[in-house]
Amino acid sequence: MRILVVEDDKDVAGFVVKGLKEAGHVVEHADNGRDGLFMAASENFDAIVLDRMLPGGIDGLRLLETLRAQNNNTPVMFLSALAQVDDRVRGLKAGGDDYLTKPFAFAELLARVEALTRRGKSEGPQTKLVAGDLEMDLLSRGVRRAGQKIDLQPREFRLLEYLMRHTGQVVTRTMLLEGVWDYHFDPQTNVIDVHVSRLRQKVDKPFPTALIHTVRNAGYMLRAEQP
Amino acid sequence: MRGAVPPPPVPLGKRFDLLRWLHLPRHRLLAHSAGVRFGMIYAGVFALSTIALALFLWWSTAGLLDRQTEAAINADIQGLSERYADGGLITLEETIEQRLMGNIDDDALYLLTDPALHPLAGNLAPPPATLLQAQGLYELSVERAGHSGKAEVQHFVLPGGFHLLVGRDVEVHAQMARLLTDALLWAAGVAMLLGTIGALAVRSLFRITLADVSATASAISAGDLTRRVQVSGRGDEFDRLAETINDMLDRIGRLMDGVRQVSNAIAHDLRTPIARARARLEDAASHAASEADLRAAIERAEVDLDGVVGIFNALLRIAEIEAGARRSAFDDVDLAPLLLDLVDLYGAAAEERGQVLRAEIPASVPAFGDREMIQQAVANLLDNALKFSPDGGTILLAVKVVPGQGPQITVADQGQGIPEADMARATERFFRGECARSTPGSGLGLSLVQAVATLHGGGLRLEDNRPGLRTVLALNTRAIAPRVNATSSLDQRSEPARAA
Repeated sequence: MRILVVEDDKDVAGFVVKGLKEAGHVVEHADNGRDGLFMAASENFDAIVLDRMLPGGIDGLRLLETLRAQNNNTPVMFLSALAQVDDRVRGLKAGGDDYLTKPFAFAELLARVEALTRRGKSEGPQTKLVAGDLEMDLLSRGVRRAGQKIDLQPREFRLLEYLMRHTGQVVTRTMLLEGVWDYHFDPQTNVIDVHVSRLRQKVDKPFPTALIHTVRNAGYMLRAEQP
Repeated sequence: MRGAVPPPPVPLGKRFDLLRWLHLPRHRLLAHSAGVRFGMIYAGVFALSTIALALFLWWSTAGLLDRQTEAAINADIQGLSERYADGGLITLEETIEQRLMGNIDDDALYLLTDPALHPLAGNLAPPPATLLQAQGLYELSVERAGHSGKAEVQHFVLPGGFHLLVGRDVEVHAQMARLLTDALLWAAGVAMLLGTIGALAVRSLFRITLADVSATASAISAGDLTRRVQVSGRGDEFDRLAETINDMLDRIGRLMDGVRQVSNAIAHDLRTPIARARARLEDAASHAASEADLRAAIERAEVDLDGVVGIFNALLRIAEIEAGARRSAFDDVDLAPLLLDLVDLYGAAAEERGQVLRAEIPASVPAFGDREMIQQAVANLLDNALKFSPDGGTILLAVKVVPGQGPQITVADQGQGIPEADMARATERFFRGECARSTPGSGLGLSLVQAVATLHGGGLRLEDNRPGLRTVLALNTRAIAPRVNATSSLDQRSEPARAA
């Protein structure tokens, strides 16, 4: 995927660019708002990682607003040290698709950027999600694996749905907390792990292969083993 | 056409600059001193009232005499014209003589002349013919009993060309007017003097009263936060001002203490994990035997730094809440589904630890506030309860809706609880009880809950659950709601816009 990183801090930018390239993406970098806007507007990207406070007269918010005013709907993730609730709200209102605050773990950034590009692609409502032999019917809210019906609590259903919508991608605990529970704070307790392990009991345990994998230092991934 | 452009309007106060005109430097007149300004206002009001009094005096003495004279002349004329109608010229002459005889004050003036201005009766010397051009009221100079005086005279022309003059000697009036004028001039002088003295008194009163406030403020801005404005005890406006200022200074003092306390705590509680991370990195850099060791050390340091970031975020979040900026995001919230979600989230974790999370939540818990904040506050309480409950313990999340107030959310555990002595300090930032030292945590959880409670007009109460701790988060949002309801007409108007 082609990703544009607009970030003025050399260390952070270098770290992000290197990491994204290692993950197999094509990365362009702009270190000020003016260049960033020019590149974002003139080339096609699958996602943009955007700092808020930028040199060059155009800050991240202005850049994004200008971009959206030109009907450019490239998914944008803010990467900012401005961490207050109001800052986040302002960033999302300006047309941002996600908001990650500094300091951050790279695994979190990578997972979120990849989730963004997926979100950008899925046009139109889906009625069925499939991962390997696991099937989820979004209309009847039924889940089957290898033809066998699995009973899930409403919350477990939403958790599995989120994992399946991001099949093959790393999903962090924060993403699950935000995406499934709509919570924007970090609980001290390992509540997410407990819920995932419960889901595993129903989805993976009765079957020979596991679909939900733990990714060390990052989160979880639902992935169908290649036969 | 360019010449026709009118000059820009000059502000009223600048059209005539008295000070510049007098070539006086501005500060010399102390025009910027409020004391002088009040003094001048006082003097001005004093002068105006004195002038008003003088004018009234004038009107009620000299004016009254003039009006009386006119009335007397008119009455005289009325009588004389009746006599003339009865008996003609002869009777008129007789009446004039009678009136002159009966006039004890010797101020009445009469003159009856033939057409050639030869006197027929009366005590007035005929004035020059040029003066008597027409009928009407004249003011004449008259010579009587050796001295000249002023007289007011009404002039009539009778049938046959006879002239009748009726008047009063007003020399006494003129003397009185002079006397009055002198007196008023003197009075004006005295008033000016008194006004100036009064103005100076007002100014020094101001200066004395404000000197203490000013001195205190200077001392405070120089860093001495212990100074307070003196209260005279008279209970006047200045006392009330002093009390208000002192209250404000007390509040500033408390805030400063809070800041100091927090910065001390930051110095200690943030320095410790940073020091640990630094030591690990340095140790690994110089002593690590293998790449695996190095990696492990770096990863542990990362965890330490994540902890530091966590503390930072918690501190900033508390500061954000305490600043009250989020109050604009307050809305009507039903807490019942919100709390059930949290029970769902934490229930599984409790079960994992062999604990039971019991919920007693009414079907609907209406509240007014910030849903995200309330979520986080209750999550913090549940985090604590799970952390400090023993295996097999029961955790209770109960909600009581107090009529007339907001909901009270109780979280009770059966852990060690907090000793009585520590209860009051438990919500301070970074405070950690003795028994909590061994468990992970930053000591900021309850501070955040407290901040959320305060923002929602309520409070956080810690009680002994025997055994364990019971925390009661009261959201007295009714205390905030009416103020918002006052603008409900505006809200209703913006409702369709929001829906759109």
